[in-house]
Amino acid sequence: MSAPAETVLSLRGIRRSFGEVEVLHGIDLDIAAHEVVALIGPSGSGKSTLLRAVNLTEPIDDGVVLLRGEDISDPRVNVDRVRARIGLVFQHYNLFPHLSVLDNVTLASRVVHGLRRAEAERRGLELLDSIGLADFATSFPDRLSGGQQQRVAIMRAIATNPELLLLDEVTSALDPELVGEVLALIRSLAEAGTTILMATHEMTFAREVADRVVLLDAGRVVESGPAAQFFANPREERTRAFLSRVAR
Amino acid sequence: MTPSEPTSASPAAATAGDAVAPSAIELERRAYRESRRRRSILVSLLSTIVLAIALGSVVLGSPGWEQVQQTFFNPQVALDSLPRILEGLWLNIQVLVFASILVAVFGLLIATLRTLRGPVWFPVRVLAAGYTDLFRGLPLIIVLYLVGFGIPGLEFTERMPAAFWGTIALTLTYSAYVAEVFRAGIEAVHPSQRLAARSLGLSHGQSMRRVVLPQAVRKVTPALMNDFVAMQKDVGLISVLGAVDAVRAAQIETAQTFNFTPYVVAGLLFVLLSWPTIRLTDWVTARMRAREQIGGIV
Ligand SMILES: Nc1ncnc2c1ncn2[C@@H]1O[C@H](COP(=O)(O)OP(=O)(O)OP(=O)(O)O)[C@@H](O)[C@H]1O
Ligand SMILES: [Mg+2]
Repeated sequence: MSAPAETVLSLRGIRRSFGEVEVLHGIDLDIAAHEVVALIGPSGSGKSTLLRAVNLTEPIDDGVVLLRGEDISDPRVNVDRVRARIGLVFQHYNLFPHLSVLDNVTLASRVVHGLRRAEAERRGLELLDSIGLADFATSFPDRLSGGQQQRVAIMRAIATNPELLLLDEVTSALDPELVGEVLALIRSLAEAGTTILMATHEMTFAREVADRVVLLDAGRVVESGPAAQFFANPREERTRAFLSRVAR
Repeated sequence: MTPSEPTSASPAAATAGDAVAPSAIELERRAYRESRRRRSILVSLLSTIVLAIALGSVVLGSPGWEQVQQTFFNPQVALDSLPRILEGLWLNIQVLVFASILVAVFGLLIATLRTLRGPVWFPVRVLAAGYTDLFRGLPLIIVLYLVGFGIPGLEFTERMPAAFWGTIALTLTYSAYVAEVFRAGIEAVHPSQRLAARSLGLSHGQSMRRVVLPQAVRKVTPALMNDFVAMQKDVGLISVLGAVDAVRAAQIETAQTFNFTPYVVAGLLFVLLSWPTIRLTDWVTARMRAREQIGGIV
């Protein structure tokens, strides 16, 4: 296990434009090992774009992304190798409909990390068991509720022990009564020491689980600070305005 | 491969174990529905008989029927020509099997080549696109002549049987169609599936093979089977190269007896050959539509 202060992810001056419109205006951000960082901000503030940039599924126009000190935004790096070290979970789960639940979870282990099927499935079943879905291992994703599918998608992302887990509003496509089970899973991952960067609209959850909260507005980091202080005592006027709006 | 589907609630299942007796109004409605059902069966039966009699009397009552029956529907000639035509049909089936396998492989290959991105692949993409354009436009019979009489002239190979060149020609033409079908399937897979695969670290090739193509093939299965049915009858065209298949065998028999019944026999055999696939295609299509309606996969 690495030293607690070790930095997993560093973003330096990340810029991204779509045509004339710049949606990320130079983002700086550091995430330490085992840290849970909540990314909040109004719709269209650039949260998803930033997460995709970290995962290298979105090109950036300027800046540097460092994963454990390695510049992964360099065009010479092997993107497949980098993506295999980062887990990403989407709002709409995007499970593979033609694969069983277990095959969804083990696909990357087998195909990318070269694990033998038996070994990958043993670990996959352990993971499914930990979320109470082992009975669904051979079912297809369309048998599962939205909450179950999203939990499987999270297991798929962590099955290969990524160094960093990115979550992009993983509860916002779910019916309200299914949100709890997904948040509980994320909470247990956080407690187990997973390094997480998550975009979320769930302020209560961010306050309880995140170590640090970052407010993004119009492509800029407005404020960043420890969760307790961020919500109890925000420094910026913009933060106060945003929090009062979402708290209603 | 697929999990068992929920049985859609049938009326029988809904009433079975129903302890409550139906109300008088419901009983009256059921009696009405039952009488309607009986009536529509009767009507369809009657209209079928009337149509059959009408058609029959027109054909059978025509002045030339006697003659036509002798030259096209002669039972004795049919029986005599059957063994030879069956032997020929066996050749058709062999060609069909080989060509189908080759078409599946080449069709998929060409469709995959067309999805490659990046400047290195530019010539490959252009070639693949040119190939599908050319061979979808070219009549199969011309391809057969060019391949069957042209390529042997180059004398690259030993003398090959006509059925061999027929198989090549069929493969060339049908691969172009099937490649387009596969390509449509690949494009119908939602981009978020590819994104999910790539974000797990799968390469472009791995994503295609493990995620995109399996879903694409499922989507286009009915269309592929339809092309297979078309090929089942087009395989009879290899006779133009002199291969002694069912059509050619019928031609020989006809020439010997001055009777066209062997052609009718061969035609019926081709229909029989394709019938199971046609029914299977209908069944698969209906099943997929049902799955889509319950929000299932593909
Ligand atoms: N592919 C694209 N092409 C053009 N504009 C885009 C593209 N992707 C995102 N944008 C724009 O970039 C801005 C930031 O989008 P982004 O999805 O990152 O916001 P977000 O903070 O995730 O919002 P939400 O909370 O609604 O998910 C938006 O104005 C959006 O319209
Ligand atoms: Mg978003």
